[in-house]
Amino acid sequence: MEPLIKITGIVAALDRENVDTDQIIPAIHLKRIERTGFGQFLFSQPGWRFLPDGNPNPEFELNQKHYQGATVLVAGKNFGSGSSREHAPWALLDYGFKVILAPSFADIFFNNCFQNGMLPIVLPENEIKKLMEKAQSKLEGYELTVDLENLQLTDTDGFSVSFVTDMFRRDCLMQGLDDIGITLQNENKISEYEETLS
Amino acid sequence: MQPQTMFDKIWNSHIVSDEVGKPTILYIDLHLVHEVTSPQAFEGLRLAGRKVRRPDLTVATVDHNVPTTDRSLPIIDQISKKQIETLDMNAKEFGITYFDMFSSGQGIVHVIGPEQGYTQPGKTIVCGDSHTATHGAFGAFALGIGTSEVEHVLATQCLVQQKPKNMEIRVNGSLPFGVTAKDLILAIIGQIGVGGGVGHVIEYTGEAIRSLSMAGRMTVCNMSIEAGARAGMIAPDETTFEYLRDKPQVPQGESFDAAVEKWKSLASDPGAKFDKVVEIDASKLTPFVSWGTNPGMVTSVSGIVPDPETFNNDSEKAAARRALEYMGLQPNTPIKEITLDKVFIGSCTNSRIEDLRSVASIVKDKKVNANVNAIIVPGSFTVKLKAEQEGLDDIFKNAGFEWREAGCSMCLGMNPDILQPGERSASTSNRNFEGRQGPGGRTHLVSPEMAAAAAIAGHFVDVREWK
Repeated sequence: MEPLIKITGIVAALDRENVDTDQIIPAIHLKRIERTGFGQFLFSQPGWRFLPDGNPNPEFELNQKHYQGATVLVAGKNFGSGSSREHAPWALLDYGFKVILAPSFADIFFNNCFQNGMLPIVLPENEIKKLMEKAQSKLEGYELTVDLENLQLTDTDGFSVSFVTDMFRRDCLMQGLDDIGITLQNENKISEYEETLS
Repeated sequence: MQPQTMFDKIWNSHIVSDEVGKPTILYIDLHLVHEVTSPQAFEGLRLAGRKVRRPDLTVATVDHNVPTTDRSLPIIDQISKKQIETLDMNAKEFGITYFDMFSSGQGIVHVIGPEQGYTQPGKTIVCGDSHTATHGAFGAFALGIGTSEVEHVLATQCLVQQKPKNMEIRVNGSLPFGVTAKDLILAIIGQIGVGGGVGHVIEYTGEAIRSLSMAGRMTVCNMSIEAGARAGMIAPDETTFEYLRDKPQVPQGESFDAAVEKWKSLASDPGAKFDKVVEIDASKLTPFVSWGTNPGMVTSVSGIVPDPETFNNDSEKAAARRALEYMGLQPNTPIKEITLDKVFIGSCTNSRIEDLRSVASIVKDKKVNANVNAIIVPGSFTVKLKAEQEGLDDIFKNAGFEWREAGCSMCLGMNPDILQPGERSASTSNRNFEGRQGPGGRTHLVSPEMAAAAAIAGHFVDVREWK
């Protein structure tokens, strides 16, 4: 997993609530047996990212010119609700997003992000609103710096807000560690627990 | 000792490690595996040279992708075929119990777990599927996980988790005639919202819950995730023990009695503290129908499609407007005037024998409306066989329903069972998200009884008035 410490990137705003995993990636595209290559199917439900002829839908948020190359997504509350499919964060990551900001997330989606080196950040609604307005209005592209080490979001216009995240998860992201290795350091404890069974 | 909730008890008895500043490492008693969310996990194990730690606690089946039509024919969709073959291979290579497409134990993973008796009170149960919440109906802590976590559980038999909070939903009174477990859970989601349970484990309590069959309890717990909850659960009681008695994987004889004694101690202690409590009066409920594009957008069958302008704030108004546009509905249309193209009876929410018996009682000696295509997909091979022994399949086929093989089918449209763009369905499944049942498809969530009556009438009808 690639370590995530501090990134500066363009912010794309998706001002919708309860964006569910069937919208992030429709079930029909879950059939690959790899973890990669899902970005092409991101938000591919009819009426979202693509027109019926396969061309980009000019109305869709992420297709706006000033969001191209975005690595930070700001969205409405309860982002990632629905299915447990990890294909949802895989698709977002493959498309280019590394950080997602929202007032709240669905639990399974939230956990799945960390497993893939992505950082979901919960911010109060008023801060999300400010960031959405900035991203929407700055037509040359709005850049935000996400500093995981100091738990701070800043931009060059003087915006600054701190955020909280689970410190264990933060350390894993900063070091690019995966959970299995960490848990297996507790091999003795697992074996001891298993001896108490049956 | 402080009074504990059932969830606290199960959580505490499964802690492997609980160090300050780190999430808990929790032991997992049962890991259910299916073809869609597992291939990358097995591949991860292979790349790291790891084994499945406890193949004896791991059970796999194919359900999401499998055809529900004649299985002696080749699978046309090559990518589906590859995913199914990949699980065949992985199950063999890693030595795990596997109910393949032709096995008499095959079915939707959340239907076969309980019917084989793998699902038991007090267990921690995971599966790479959000509807794992279903198994909580037995007083288990059962939760959906992502593929990386599937790999983690395969490798370590443990899950790394932050402890969720406790929430009680107390359902007082009894459900009126014609109002089912499905209507109850739709009403709950409508009340607390699709994010209402985020970060919580819901324990359902109260008279109305106690009166439900295991099938009804599974329907309620199944849709806990649609309220955003980490899991749903119901304390085990005589109904639970009767269901489990004689199930293949459940201890028998004296061991069964001993197990029952242990299971009885799982219930929340009197005075146990919940972080959040919601009360519902079951006697006031009616059959529900979803009108929008998430399971919180529901109303009574006797109601009307709401007017987005009557919603509280701008974002709710916008969401309702978008939902109605997608659903092709006009505000203030009576629900009973909504006509249907398809009816789907099935899914891990409502495909058990009890559901099928209810459907049969509605459609016996009647005919599916000429404008409706209606399919019934049993939850498992076992359910299918039982239904056929009881002659239900003849009732369905005589009425004009298609009678299929077991699987997830049109609930999520991964196999050929899908809605065409613009088609409208009454569905006993759990999600009415945009495109869930096929791109451009329009889904209304209802109980099996409501779906059955709608199939005959061609539009929604109030099943309480059905003759």
